Amino acid sequence: MANQIQTTYENQPMWAGGRSPFNVSYGKLMMWIFLLSDAFTFSSLLVQYGAQRFSNVQTAVTSKWPDPASIFNHFPMMHGLHLPLLFVSVMTFILILSSVTMVLAVEAGHRNSKKEVQRYMIYTILGGAAFLGCQAWEWYTFIHEGARLDGNTFGITKEGYSHLKSVGFGDHFEWEAGDRSNGPVPFAALFFIVTGFHGFHVFSGVVINVVVYIMTVRGVFERRGHYEMIEKAGLYWHFVDLVWVFVFTFFYLI
Amino acid sequence: MGTAALHADHHDHHGDHQHHKESFISKYVFSMDHKMISKQFLITGIIMGVIGMGMSMLFRLQLAWPDEQFGILEMLLGKWAVDGKLDPNFYMGLVTIHGTIMVFYVLTAGLSGTFSNLLIPLQVGARDMASPFMNMLSYWFFLASSIVLLSSVFIETGPASGGWTVYPPLSALEKAMPGSGLGMTLWLSAIALFIISSLLGGINYISTVLNMRTKGMSMNRMPLTIWAFFFTAILGVLSFPVLLGAALFLIFDRSFGTSFYLSDIYLEGVGALENIGGSPVLYQHLFWFLGHPEVYIILMPALGITSEVISTNARKPIFGYTAMIISLMGISFLSFIVWGHHMFITGMNPFLGSVFMILTLIIAVPSAVKAFNYLTTLWKGNLRFTPAMLFSIGLVSFFISGGLTGIYLGNAAMDIQLHDSYFVVAHFHLVMGSAAIFGMFAGIYHWFPRMYGRMMNKPLGYFHFWFTFVAAYLVFFPMHFMGLAGVPRRYYQFTLVKEFEVWMDVNVLITVAALVGGFAQLFFLFNFFYSIFKGKKSVQNPWQSNSLEWSAPVERIHGNWPGAIPEVYRGPYEYSRPDREEDFFPQYIADDNSPEVLVPEGETVVPAAKDPEEVESSVFFAAIKRVFGLS
Repeated sequence: MANQIQTTYENQPMWAGGRSPFNVSYGKLMMWIFLLSDAFTFSSLLVQYGAQRFSNVQTAVTSKWPDPASIFNHFPMMHGLHLPLLFVSVMTFILILSSVTMVLAVEAGHRNSKKEVQRYMIYTILGGAAFLGCQAWEWYTFIHEGARLDGNTFGITKEGYSHLKSVGFGDHFEWEAGDRSNGPVPFAALFFIVTGFHGFHVFSGVVINVVVYIMTVRGVFERRGHYEMIEKAGLYWHFVDLVWVFVFTFFYLI
Repeated sequence: MGTAALHADHHDHHGDHQHHKESFISKYVFSMDHKMISKQFLITGIIMGVIGMGMSMLFRLQLAWPDEQFGILEMLLGKWAVDGKLDPNFYMGLVTIHGTIMVFYVLTAGLSGTFSNLLIPLQVGARDMASPFMNMLSYWFFLASSIVLLSSVFIETGPASGGWTVYPPLSALEKAMPGSGLGMTLWLSAIALFIISSLLGGINYISTVLNMRTKGMSMNRMPLTIWAFFFTAILGVLSFPVLLGAALFLIFDRSFGTSFYLSDIYLEGVGALENIGGSPVLYQHLFWFLGHPEVYIILMPALGITSEVISTNARKPIFGYTAMIISLMGISFLSFIVWGHHMFITGMNPFLGSVFMILTLIIAVPSAVKAFNYLTTLWKGNLRFTPAMLFSIGLVSFFISGGLTGIYLGNAAMDIQLHDSYFVVAHFHLVMGSAAIFGMFAGIYHWFPRMYGRMMNKPLGYFHFWFTFVAAYLVFFPMHFMGLAGVPRRYYQFTLVKEFEVWMDVNVLITVAALVGGFAQLFFLFNFFYSIFKGKKSVQNPWQSNSLEWSAPVERIHGNWPGAIPEVYRGPYEYSRPDREEDFFPQYIADDNSPEVLVPEGETVVPAAKDPEEVESSVFFAAIKRVFGLS
């Protein structure tokens, strides 16, 4: 009776009803729609960043934006060395590697190979956890350096200062190396909110992956006959990685 | 094939469910049946509507008789109305909460939550939503959100009072006004919960429409209600997250000392606060990126319901079925790129303003297509004036009269004069307030038999319609003139401003009409709740309608159809076909001798692949070749 939909599934035209036009289950479709929606959330955060950073290029706030390479130049256990953006590159690499292992898990799921799915899910979970750990260290260092939600102690780049001078803003103070005053306030706050929101997504992703891993170990998907849940978790995980690429570009490279 | 198996699982699951014996809790409280969830949404929406409307009557009293003392107010509101006179801060709170309740809780969740839930599975031929569990969560988040919002009325500092748009800095600084304290925090929490609810619902609606249509229900055989809910859900899924972003920054500004929206503010003459570097205009951009699609999230389900009701009760195919879909699509697309017309006076670059203006005015085209299609559907139809039909015609009336003033307001040069005046209040209360609530009433009267298996009382419905219709025009039409004369909205007491004293008589008229209109809703409330229990029993297809929901039995069972899901053979609007004896021809009745009228069969089922030569010789390519001198 209810299987009427299924029996005519293969030979129905694409959009004529009685089948999914994209050959996907409702769950996967929902995940895609959710990711589309989440992309808009992240866009609104990045728009906020862009507006504060670039809107009035001539004002003091935006041209005083500190140079990220001079702030994010620490590396654990290499105190005192100037290693610009090295640590965050390692973080990014870890996250992308975990995406690769996720792809391998999904592929193993297609072959119904429970063992391989378990192995690659473990790698993915470890990658996610390592990324979160790195982020915690990054935040810790950043806060240690004096970053706060309501202030900024990172001063201003030399280029920024000479620009300010040229448009008549910099007359009331002199720039010297290591000067940490007069920085733009939203810098640290935006960093915390956007990377924090992304970190929250990574955290949820790790939780989802752990749940999916436990389900795999207990043979839920084996009994179900397919590993589609891994694919759904994978979609989410890849999305989180993709968003990181944008966050990384905006906060560290530009 | 994996996905096919999944589908079978899913449907079997629902099939099984029919035979379960359900407990009270699983049937009425934590229900996963889309029909029950739609009733939950509807009744919560009605309760919120009564509260929102009651608030508007309170502040209308204040506007009409500012110096009068109403003992009953003090009895009702205690210290918010000392000596029977409304407190100014509470007046602001009432205006804000009235707007929030009506926009989000009644006309978004109450309207689209009710009818998307009821009609999507029934009209596309599915046993339930794609994910009944998420559907249940959607309702419970909505209820939690409603409770949080209402609780803010009962706290000492009062509810959020910065207007329903809660612009910073007014909403961001606790010292700005009493309502910006705890009330504002509760408002933001309520909206965050609401966004989750709307997201859960929207994702469900979209996947159900795409994935779970029954055999034969191609996209161009879907009733226009489903098209409208589909686009509404897309708008909600894409625009509400941006409001979440906006709210997130506001929460940080309020509670964690950031200054995203704050910059160089002087309070009580004392120097600037700590905050520097932010921009309150940015909040407006983010807010209205939701806010404008939100207008269509409110209106489009009402338009879809109207299409269905008007076609059924005019016994005619809807005029321009495809044009209706394309215009919905056009409205949905345009709604994302016109938010700037709410911000013409923020110091926006005039060039940008004119871009927003042109895009805004283009919306008049699809809207006019819809209005004309309604009128041409009515033209020479065999009209059956059921209460639902009257409310639908009422919607068309409000849509036209309110839409016309939209052309004034969309114009940047006019808007600078009219912004934040009663002209704006009149405009949006007609075009999205009254029109959408009339669509909701039309839906309730039309699908009440489907929801409860009983009919609503007709004469009471007529009384309800005429009182509400006349009252709505009496309330909102005079406001146009007040607005043109420069009377600003949200003012507490017009007798304090000499220029506005001449409008006191008009204010009295408006308030009296609002009270009459408000009390007319008692007809509806009585009719609704009485008919649930004591109404006349309905037959299976009381309106002789074509669409699929009327093929299900009057008894409402989990899974909708006792046997197989019916198949669909033609479009939903084949009324009064000359080759049929009856004047309707349901979608689910097979008759091989009757080809489909709306769309010739050979074209839809298997689109023949065009051979490349034919494509190249087409007019389009010929034109391109000529332009580039190739031929």
